Amino acid sequence: MRTLTYAQAIREAHAQMLELDARVFVIGQGLWSPWYAGASLEGLDREFGCARVVDTPVSENAVTGMAVGAALAGLRPIVFHPRMDFMLLAMDPIVNQAANWSYLFGGHGASCGDVPLVIRAVINRGGEQGAQHSQALHAMFMHVPGLKVVMPSTPADAKGLLMAAMADPGPVLYIDDRWLYAERGEVVAEPFTVTIGEAVVRRGGSDITLIGISWMAAECMRAAGILEREGIGAEVIDLRSLKPWDKEMVAASVSRTGRAVVADGGWRTAGASADIAAEIAERCFADLTAPVRRVTLPDAPAPANRAQEQAYYPGAEQIAAAARAVLTGGADGRTKRAAA
Amino acid sequence: MRLETEWLAERWETMTLIRRAEERIAEMVESGEVRCPCHLYIGQEAVAAGVCAALTAADTIWGGHRSHGHYLAKGGSLAGLFGEVLLKVTGCAGGRGGSMHLAAPEVGVPGTVPIVAGTIPLAAGAAFAYKLRGEDTVAVAFFGDGALEEGHVHESMNLAALYRLPLVLICENNLYASHLHWSERRVADNLDRAGEFHSVPGEQVDGNDVVAVHAAARSAVERARSGDGPTLIECRTFRWRGHVGASFDLDVGVERRGELVEWLPRDPVRRLADQLVERGVVDLAQREQAINARIDSAVEDARAAQQPAPHVERQEALCAR
Repeated sequence: MRTLTYAQAIREAHAQMLELDARVFVIGQGLWSPWYAGASLEGLDREFGCARVVDTPVSENAVTGMAVGAALAGLRPIVFHPRMDFMLLAMDPIVNQAANWSYLFGGHGASCGDVPLVIRAVINRGGEQGAQHSQALHAMFMHVPGLKVVMPSTPADAKGLLMAAMADPGPVLYIDDRWLYAERGEVVAEPFTVTIGEAVVRRGGSDITLIGISWMAAECMRAAGILEREGIGAEVIDLRSLKPWDKEMVAASVSRTGRAVVADGGWRTAGASADIAAEIAERCFADLTAPVRRVTLPDAPAPANRAQEQAYYPGAEQIAAAARAVLTGGADGRTKRAAA
Repeated sequence: MRLETEWLAERWETMTLIRRAEERIAEMVESGEVRCPCHLYIGQEAVAAGVCAALTAADTIWGGHRSHGHYLAKGGSLAGLFGEVLLKVTGCAGGRGGSMHLAAPEVGVPGTVPIVAGTIPLAAGAAFAYKLRGEDTVAVAFFGDGALEEGHVHESMNLAALYRLPLVLICENNLYASHLHWSERRVADNLDRAGEFHSVPGEQVDGNDVVAVHAAARSAVERARSGDGPTLIECRTFRWRGHVGASFDLDVGVERRGELVEWLPRDPVRRLADQLVERGVVDLAQREQAINARIDSAVEDARAAQQPAPHVERQEALCAR
């Protein structure tokens, strides 16, 4: 099968949907520029015209609200936020309007009240960009009833989840990460969807379950490679969807391995990892042989200095270390229930 | 002349329907029967009636927390309104929203929300959809004077002008945003010029004169339909009742009691009734009786209707679709 980069896969999903469905249009900042969206939107304006690929002024709130209104009027918008930090200016249309609308105003017939909207946000961490060009804010949005949140980590999922988001009758927040744009992988050429809410086991293992989100799923795979060389079999689950997230798959795996590390590129307190760890505690308590550990960003804004960035962002080494700590009872003296 | 008289009589019926329905809601608020927050429109009826008469059924209107009048003027049902303020399953939002969340998509009311100016970008987006599909449909945003103090209204005006969207912006300047008089919020009384910087033409009309409101709305709607973009109309009016609930809010503002004394004689419904009597219309009392009977019947039906079942799972399912 042919391979694509993650960014090319996103572009292909856009192009195929624009081709297949006259209701689809893309609106947001940087769509006519070569450097906001990388290869992920390259040339779409020339291919499909500026009426359907609309570069906008810096008006996040109204542009996102317009996308909500266009969705309510029967179009299928993708509203693009090239830096998720700026999307905070659009909290009202996302949280108050899009997320609530079908709950409030559904019930007037078939698709009435549906908000078939994709909100695409990009995380741009690193690169000495500092605290307001780098934030991973997915946990804020998975908190909100009525919103779906997906975060693909592979080129195939980048395409399949975007096409699923576009086909969904409700608002879906699609978050991609610039650190994944060059990742290469096999992608089916035809249009296809990945079911929202379904995680995937990336590799099997019986000693510990590593649950990763977005680029941390890729880091979990690298961590599993490190652990394998030490004789530890790590199962890696790429969550792919955060709302809803695949509680059954995670619980089944953790019940089998008895141990879990949750790796998320967001902050620790009330982060996505907190919800996952809490759910594991509720569902798998009797099967756990050690406390769940989390690998997250520290509760601090992103630094700009490169050395500080390297200390701030966890990766495969930190995930592997957390896995070892779970397996050995940890340096902090917590012991395995099984050994007690 | 007779056609014009009948047209005016229809506007009077719409305005009287709004007035009487809201007076009934005010009574139900005072008696405690209606408990959800109700923001009454009494005194402003000419705006909704005049604007909606310039629209087709396909055109959409987008409103805020004070939208009973817009909903009824566009053709929303009394059953849906009373069902909703009593939070019954027969309400136009299934009893999930209350007074601030009205919808009648079948007649062009997709939904009203209380976030001030929250639906203005949505209206622009609907207009964007109509234009992209090559339809001649128009979206109308109703909002109060307070909404023009929200930043995204200015973003929306710029975008609507830039893309020449079929959007009409109706600012109902009732002089108050919640409890604050305009002079406590702004230096200059110049809302009709709020669009100038964005190349959105503006006009001020007497919002208590249904004929003036309608004439301005009709020009703006024609301009929107012909592809020339958005227009802002400031309808100068006054809300008799308080920001929320049935009271007259005499404890706030600069000199609200004096303002009320000044504005009550400008009653838009009475003004139109006087014109109709002058034109020889003799059956206003009968028409009003029929309106009151419709309201009585809607209230009785809403009282008899079921409460939504307190099912958490169903609520979760509704927003997980």
